Amino acid sequence: MAIALEPALKPLTTYKNERPDPFCPGCGHTFILNHLDAALTKLQLDPRQVVLVTDIGCVGLSDQYFVTNAFHGLHGRSVAYATGIKLANPDLKVIVMMGDGGLGIGGTHILNAARRNIGITVLVFNNFNFGMTGGEHSVTTPMGMITASTRAGNLENPLDICATVAVNGAGYVYRGTSFDRDLPDRIAEAIAYEGFALLDIWELCTAYFVVNNDFGRKELMATLETIGMQAGLIQKREVREYARGLRAQGAQVFGQPTLPLRPIEPLFPARLDRKFHLIIAGSAGAKVRSAAQATGYAGVLSGLWVTQADDYPTTVKSGHSVSELIFSPEEIRYTGISKPDALVLLSEDGLGKVRHHLAAMTPEDVLVTTPEFADVPTRARKLILNPQVGSVRITRTNRSLIVTAAALRHLDLFPIAALSEAVRRFQPRFADENLPVIEASAALLPDR
Amino acid sequence: MPREYVDGATAVARGALRAGCTFFAGYPISPATPILLHMLRELPKVGGVGIQAEDEIAAISMCIGAAMTGARAMTATSGPGISLYSENLGLAIMGEVPLVIVDVMRMGPATGGATTIAQGDVQFVRWGTSGGYPIIALAPSSVPECYTLVQRAFDLAERFRSPVFLLPDKELIMSMSTVDIAEYVDVPVGQRPLVPPVPAGNGAQNGRINAVTGRPDPRLRPEETYLPYDFDPIDAVPPTSPFGGPHITRFTGSSHDEHGFLTKDPVKVGRLNEHLRAKIENHRHELEFGLLNRAAATGVLFVGYGTTARAMREAGDRARKAGLPVSDLTLHTLWPVPERLILEATAGQRRVVIGELNHGQYALELERVLYRHAAQNGLKPPEIVSIQRVDGNLITPEQFLAEIGNF
Repeated sequence: MAIALEPALKPLTTYKNERPDPFCPGCGHTFILNHLDAALTKLQLDPRQVVLVTDIGCVGLSDQYFVTNAFHGLHGRSVAYATGIKLANPDLKVIVMMGDGGLGIGGTHILNAARRNIGITVLVFNNFNFGMTGGEHSVTTPMGMITASTRAGNLENPLDICATVAVNGAGYVYRGTSFDRDLPDRIAEAIAYEGFALLDIWELCTAYFVVNNDFGRKELMATLETIGMQAGLIQKREVREYARGLRAQGAQVFGQPTLPLRPIEPLFPARLDRKFHLIIAGSAGAKVRSAAQATGYAGVLSGLWVTQADDYPTTVKSGHSVSELIFSPEEIRYTGISKPDALVLLSEDGLGKVRHHLAAMTPEDVLVTTPEFADVPTRARKLILNPQVGSVRITRTNRSLIVTAAALRHLDLFPIAALSEAVRRFQPRFADENLPVIEASAALLPDR
Repeated sequence: MPREYVDGATAVARGALRAGCTFFAGYPISPATPILLHMLRELPKVGGVGIQAEDEIAAISMCIGAAMTGARAMTATSGPGISLYSENLGLAIMGEVPLVIVDVMRMGPATGGATTIAQGDVQFVRWGTSGGYPIIALAPSSVPECYTLVQRAFDLAERFRSPVFLLPDKELIMSMSTVDIAEYVDVPVGQRPLVPPVPAGNGAQNGRINAVTGRPDPRLRPEETYLPYDFDPIDAVPPTSPFGGPHITRFTGSSHDEHGFLTKDPVKVGRLNEHLRAKIENHRHELEFGLLNRAAATGVLFVGYGTTARAMREAGDRARKAGLPVSDLTLHTLWPVPERLILEATAGQRRVVIGELNHGQYALELERVLYRHAAQNGLKPPEIVSIQRVDGNLITPEQFLAEIGNF
């Protein structure tokens, strides 16, 4: 490879490029970038294995001054981008540089990155206001401070991000200032740390916060003393890093087949020469969809084309559950049902959703239901079945299947053996319970 | 031929895995959740990673980050999630990120109907970013098409370095249907253009250009340097290099020069923005996918996409069996508008009938294409009939048949 022709990479004396920093005179950002440079130089990481992630605000410009990979995204989302980068390539050192503005708008991402302990380093350039847009207050502005948007003094309590992430899973948490002499060492320590590291670095915005509040280095240090937030190294503990943890979990199933095809060869003869629409209407939690799915599989096992659309409320275990099945000897395109050929009515919940169908049905169609619904108005022929007459004890969950199975015996779209085979093959966990129910369904029908 | 009984969510997940998807981030939302659950379960089996993000904004953010490490990334949501994807859709367009976004359409606006079918996001995904830059969108109308078109979505996302939408609907993703296994058609999936590890030509001269500064830099070996947004001609897709790969790479969502540095230089900004348009629009004819069933004579053309195309094809078949001059066109590409395909199908037709589960969003595109074509060529445009339905029920074959008129 061409690498052999090149001289070996010399130790880097800086990770910054030749571009001059863009920030205002005295801006804390310049100091912190130099501290980050010192930290990277100390660690001597391969620049290709480092990704600096920024978002919006003055600090969002910062990635342009380094000779590493860079990702410049949208306001407050830097931690989410960094999470994706780290998850996809856990070997990378991913360093986020964000302001207190990004901290506010991206709060949920930071909280969740900390909870996961994903291995990224977050440097919060915290100057208590939005510098780029004109000095408005942020989530970290101390009480009483004057900003463009708090002219009479800030009434909002400042966010203690260190305390927040520390109690919510972060591995490494530090609070300091851009004036700290040991900041390069702290940043290097955080980058070298495997898990989630957050450094809240207080600094001066000379364009706005300093001017609005007569707030210099002395005042910044005094605020740090009096504000009631912990400073220095707040937390450092060994906890499993998330990206590698997720990979380790995944390794246990690596190589297993993914969603293999489940081919079905027809085993039973269908007795259908036209499109047939069947609706099963009952209550959620009563295994209506399960009975419908077995019915669908039975159709496919009989060489039919089948579609099945289920309707149920978002509460899943209460309210209605209605399954619409279409069977056809030919491929089915339109999957709607304007009028069913047969309707299995199982409960009051189901009745509420199918009244319009009952009204549309004709004497050629059949309503299969239980004695309590014997009087529902419809022109459809009625087949009233008593589920209790079979040899199995009827419960809330097997009632749907026994009535559906009896209806299928009556409709004779395919042999009832197809339904049993469908249950055996596609619902094996419930086969022991359900096969006797299908068997017992014969007794529900009047003698023919 | 053996068959399956399966839903569209399974087909989307299978197709994505077949296309080499290695990263998925999503947030639970009906009716897209089954895709999330499939991908979380299946991706580790192929060495990939799936994650349930803290919200939709994080989901697409994570996908964009992952995609720039070289992963083939996908996310899936529904209308309310697309609302939250909007800002990062713009980032993916600006940064030129290969990304597949599945929008399982449900009824809007707002929460709408979580498990109620609609097709109301068609214009939303096209114009979902500030600035209005183009994306690619494909609409499957069957379970096998979910499988095939998600592979095509990955292919186009990679080759165009662009977000590509797959626009199925609740009915396709959550309903079971019989599938003839022979209908699962694989599509070759290409790769985003990559910078060769060592620049061609004189390595000593070209190789030490610092991608960050644009100036010679003795610290860098040639394989570490390249220009991340260097496109020529203007509609070409710039070669890239993944984070963690052989080069140092820069990614940005701000107006930028070829180095990926922020710029306000009108020449560079203008050229970049024209590039983002031209890279899709100049290649629109490579992106025209659809299915035309032609009658022996011209007269009426039915047009549909997604689940509505199923009723449309049934209506077309029934009309032709009755001897009526009715053709039908299923659109698989929605964006960019497959104008050549539409003009070919509408040539000589007296009437064009389009059905959609919205207030006529794509009828607008037909009007634009057909009226302009007619005006430019001194022709009488066909009459355009827009069948609209927003009550949660499907458009029926009878609704199409009722619009044929007299023959």
